[in-house]
Amino acid sequence: MTALEFDDIQHIMLTGTPHLTGRYEFLSFDTPEAGQAWLAEMVPLVQSATDVRKTVNIFKRWVNLAFTWNGLRALVLDDETLATFPSEFREGMAARADILGDTGAAAPEHWVGGLAGDDLHAIVILFARDEDERVRCVGEHDALLARCPGVRSLSYLDLAATAPFEYDHDHFGYRDPVSQPQMAGSGETLIPGAGGALAPGEFLLGYPDEDGLVSNQPALEVLSRNGSYLAYRRLEEHVGTFRDYLKQNAPDAEGEELLAAKFMGRWRSGAPLMLAPEHDDPELGADPMRNNDFDYAKMDPHGYRCPVGSHARRLNPRDTEPNPNRRRMIRRSGTYGPALPEGAPDDGVERGVGMFLICASLVRQFEFAQNVWINDTAFQELGNEHDPICGTQDGTLDFTIPKRPIRKVHKGLPAFTTLRGGAYFFLPGLAALRYLSTLGQQGAS
Amino acid sequence: MAHNGNDDWTQPAALAIPKEGYFELTRGRYGPVYPRTPACYGFNIIAKVLDGREQAIRDYGKQLEAAVAAQPDVLAPLKLHYLRWQLFDVGSGLHFQYQGIFDTDFDKYTEDAVKLFSSTGITTAFTHLEGFPADWKTNPEAFIMFVREHQVPSFLEYGEYPYVTSVEVKKALRLKAAFSEMLDQMQ
Repeated sequence: MTALEFDDIQHIMLTGTPHLTGRYEFLSFDTPEAGQAWLAEMVPLVQSATDVRKTVNIFKRWVNLAFTWNGLRALVLDDETLATFPSEFREGMAARADILGDTGAAAPEHWVGGLAGDDLHAIVILFARDEDERVRCVGEHDALLARCPGVRSLSYLDLAATAPFEYDHDHFGYRDPVSQPQMAGSGETLIPGAGGALAPGEFLLGYPDEDGLVSNQPALEVLSRNGSYLAYRRLEEHVGTFRDYLKQNAPDAEGEELLAAKFMGRWRSGAPLMLAPEHDDPELGADPMRNNDFDYAKMDPHGYRCPVGSHARRLNPRDTEPNPNRRRMIRRSGTYGPALPEGAPDDGVERGVGMFLICASLVRQFEFAQNVWINDTAFQELGNEHDPICGTQDGTLDFTIPKRPIRKVHKGLPAFTTLRGGAYFFLPGLAALRYLSTLGQQGAS
Repeated sequence: MAHNGNDDWTQPAALAIPKEGYFELTRGRYGPVYPRTPACYGFNIIAKVLDGREQAIRDYGKQLEAAVAAQPDVLAPLKLHYLRWQLFDVGSGLHFQYQGIFDTDFDKYTEDAVKLFSSTGITTAFTHLEGFPADWKTNPEAFIMFVREHQVPSFLEYGEYPYVTSVEVKKALRLKAAFSEMLDQMQ
């Protein structure tokens, strides 16, 4: 097996970080010179997987950089190389919205932060251990932008974890992430039920994938080696709507928790319905060696424990879909917006999750998940359902909970989330970042 | 979903389809999505056979027969009703036709289909066709484009029991068998 080049891989690919805050900053390069000057100062801040594994207890901030196709063009990457990027990446997420099912309120014309525009060129992903560090880093970056006229901030999204701080969770209270794919050669302990050690080429360019093929897009090796693609999604969570729905459709607090678990496929603690079908088991939810150890086809073909249309079962259908390991993605995310206090009515403030789905092929992995698993009404014969958590909902779709003797169908499900923006980014390896930061000098020579 | 407004399986239905093969363009990941009709989803690939390859293609029939016999659910990911293969010459050389009737838009599981074609030898038959990419083993996108470029949409489709999926057909037959068994047990 090809050994992973940990010292050239941006750390977001291989390690989560203990961040409670952070910022995603979205940038535009007015001139290639300005973009390269900015990049030259940023590159030394980007840590490899090797660095972060060694120093995660010392550092308080972690930086990753990624670029849209328009951004690479703005840095004057040559046309020949630009043409070798996959077509879905060249088109960008907004142009593929109909394929992704991002319609209605989720359509690009409603996106915020300039994410749907052609002048979105780069993202700085800053994760910070605490608020003081976030503020310090933002100040440093603002100073850098002041030194680089011609690099504009289009928008930013500040991250903030909410209580309880002991584990990562979203605004609905679901532990997240629970289930991540694992890469062969990553050195991680294999988690039972996580799908095994997947070929690195599922996530990284330049390595064989599960079919033994090595992606050659883009064609320039210095650029593609140890690179990957990010699908960014800013997903607003309508916490008030979600809580109201649970209250109105369950007899008591216990019933509300069960309904929330049926939507997700897991209790908010992370415990899977497959292993805890009747009652929550927080100890199980917190135990990574146990909380993924199940299948669906053999254990629950009809969905009596875990509904066929639940979020977790759709996004990782395990043994109920062909070649599931060809559709896996690494997930990294942070929450934004203030917590809505328990019992408080919806305050109209936007809160949600800013997440990255990381994969070697956007069309085969991310777009497939959106097009088939999340927003296809015909998924596994359900007929009139999208993903209840992150699918596009317009109030006309259902959610079915199989139950003996008679199933329960929730009609006219409201939207618990709304996509507020997104983009496709290329995440280069460190050598490729250095290459991009010196493009102008190469041209001059 | 394009639809004639009638999904009552008791009412036979026909649907005329525009020249493009769809009513309005809905983009899939790799190209237009072709509509579900009273005869379900379908795909119809027609391509010219390379000179001297007829017997090789005919031999492949036995190969697929054996693959299905050895593993009856080998083609399950395609969500099929029926597959039909023909070789014919109407004066312009020998042509190959692959017709599939199934319950999912072809675009959705296209990578799985390509993988399955290779593992069951369907691809081997395709290698005897004009225009099939020589680098298909390392270039699944080229394979997908070949299939897309050789798809010939219907202009009319008919269903005696329209819009019924193969899962529903099998459920109904299982129910019938279960009732028969129940009646036997009550004798």
